Amino acid sequence: MANERTVSELDNLLASREMILVAGSGGVGKTTIAAAMGIAAAQRQKGKILVLTVDPAKRLATALGLDEVGNSPVRIEPAIFKAAGVTVRGELWVAMLDTKAGWDELIRQHAPDAEVREAVLANPLYQNITSRFVHSHDYLAMEQLHDLHATGDFDLVIVDTPPSRNALSILDAPSRMIDFFGSRLLRWLTVPYRSRLFTVASKPFYQIADRVLGSRFLQDIADFFVLFQAMEKGFVKRARAVEALLGDAQTAFVVVTTLETAPSHEAKFLAQALLNRGMTLGAMVVNRVLPARLAGNDAIASANALLAAGPELVDAVAEQLDDVSPKTVAAVLAQLAERFDDVALVASRETERRGELATFATTMLDAPWLTGDIHDIAGLGELAEHLRVDSVNG
Amino acid sequence: MTSLLDLDLLWVTGKGGVGKTSIAAAIAEVAARSGRSTLVCEMDAKGALASALGVDELDFTPVEVAPNLHAMSMSTEDALREYLRLFVRIPFIGRIGPLAKTFDFVADAAPGVKEILSVGKLCFEVREKNYDLIVVDAESTGHIVSQIGAPKVIADLVQVGLVREQTQWMLDILNDVNRTGVAVVTTPEEMPVTESSELLRRLTSETGAHPAVVIANRVLPVLFDRREQAVVDQLDAALPTLIDAVGPGASVVLEAARFTDARRRTGAQHLGRMRSELDAADPPLNIPIITVPELFARNGGRRVVSLIADGLADELDIEISSGQRANGE
Repeated sequence: MANERTVSELDNLLASREMILVAGSGGVGKTTIAAAMGIAAAQRQKGKILVLTVDPAKRLATALGLDEVGNSPVRIEPAIFKAAGVTVRGELWVAMLDTKAGWDELIRQHAPDAEVREAVLANPLYQNITSRFVHSHDYLAMEQLHDLHATGDFDLVIVDTPPSRNALSILDAPSRMIDFFGSRLLRWLTVPYRSRLFTVASKPFYQIADRVLGSRFLQDIADFFVLFQAMEKGFVKRARAVEALLGDAQTAFVVVTTLETAPSHEAKFLAQALLNRGMTLGAMVVNRVLPARLAGNDAIASANALLAAGPELVDAVAEQLDDVSPKTVAAVLAQLAERFDDVALVASRETERRGELATFATTMLDAPWLTGDIHDIAGLGELAEHLRVDSVNG
Repeated sequence: MTSLLDLDLLWVTGKGGVGKTSIAAAIAEVAARSGRSTLVCEMDAKGALASALGVDELDFTPVEVAPNLHAMSMSTEDALREYLRLFVRIPFIGRIGPLAKTFDFVADAAPGVKEILSVGKLCFEVREKNYDLIVVDAESTGHIVSQIGAPKVIADLVQVGLVREQTQWMLDILNDVNRTGVAVVTTPEEMPVTESSELLRRLTSETGAHPAVVIANRVLPVLFDRREQAVVDQLDAALPTLIDAVGPGASVVLEAARFTDARRRTGAQHLGRMRSELDAADPPLNIPIITVPELFARNGGRRVVSLIADGLADELDIEISSGQRANGE
């Protein structure tokens, strides 16, 4: 257990950064870990801590026992912590990113005048485009992070990153946005219709696109991007600022994974990518770890001995229990021994995989496989305690 | 209800990490082993399907990976090439390279265009009756609606043009409950169950496609019957005796069983909740929830897929050839 006088690696991390991005593949428990880290920070630090979730499934709200979390930060009332038996020194706030509202906000900020702004917001394509365009969830997450940081309202912002097919797309979202504005496509789309038709280079493309998509649809797209291009300067500037923020010394990533094949593979990949980009991997959180003792030699020896045990043991056990037949006891003991192999096998494979992951991160934090799902503050507080216990590598 | 394997097109979706690809591969294997000519298609080109099927890699051209079992990986660019060749009759495919790239940009920006090329390719295979069943290792629960719903979006947005004309026959296939179905894979855990349940309740209204089945993956076995459970519950009283007989690890052996059983019970509660949510939906979703047991094999691959296929065939009550029996390896 962590010594009372030493500060755990988790608390160190939370105290030394202004922004923490929690990343990892889908289904590993990112949202829960991000929320638990928020609670851990509020327990040890004064000041304002924000947990920002960008997941459309509104999971943070469920995990925090709130009915609804909106675009603007909401403070979790001290009474809720009190009721859960969790003592906090700081304020914990939560917010959920709404992509649509986020886009509207961006358009309002970057539109050069009211006319462009209203035209974009009213464009029929805009409604549809915002949810799909250039991995917009990823980009908006980064944008919002930048905003919150810029206001200086919070001492620490913990971001639960969106579930993406490829965790890397978060890191690359700002540069993709910059690329888009410099792309031939945008230039082509925004050349007035007439000259586009007479540009020899684009003629074959236009003819095909016209046949496939219909010129009316193409024109709708073009209209939208003409408006959009008016906002280029603001967008590109912001994207660069967001990009810089990701590599900032005040920012750290936390990679969450389980010890299953696919998530750990993704975690290694992500850790390596962070390294290559000069970004900081603050910690790797290994979630749903089986207790290592399940793979211990003692337990395996006992399971084997139990398999080989004779009727004497069955009788001896049956005698000490109320109202049981030796036959049932024999069945139970056999089942215990046989099924133990399944769990032990998984535990030993996980121990090995954890060792591989540990070569990528200086700080490894373990969260055990808790039997119940976590859906309240008390559960998150318990999880925070687990993360606080410094694990011993190897 | 039409049996799952009698559909023409089956989308397999699920929250990330629940084993969607393995299940899709296993369903395809069951179909193939039942004698149906089957195509399984990976939509996100991550390569997970290739590992599940035990082949090096897959591309746009289907390959037969086992008798009756064909596999491919979707590529928007290749789908565009094929589309241009088949429908727009553009002969110089080699020369449209840069064009395809530019088109890719348009597809990136214009809603539904990229998706409709992929969905269109699958619907085309259905229309041409090239296979008895096409199983799609589709997008995850968060993105599946924009994937299957793409033709609907296009139909709403695009007023004229070839793409518009193409959407109607796709919608005819996608919206036909006897031809197209959606299988949602979940694990018996809170978040995957919640997301799956939400998806199922809005799927038809948002995409027109119909849910076909829920597949609960990694369901833990019942270790003890009621009489045995009574023994397990009071076994602590005999723990010193057990430790004397089999060593100090006896308590961990007992703990492991209790741990597994507690997880199983929590999982069963979640699946029960899902059942009542589906029944309470308006209209009620009378789709079956079938289970695939936890195999305690963390590495995927062909052997695991075959094991899952064996279990699925039992659950679906389908006769399959012994083919690639997992235990034969």
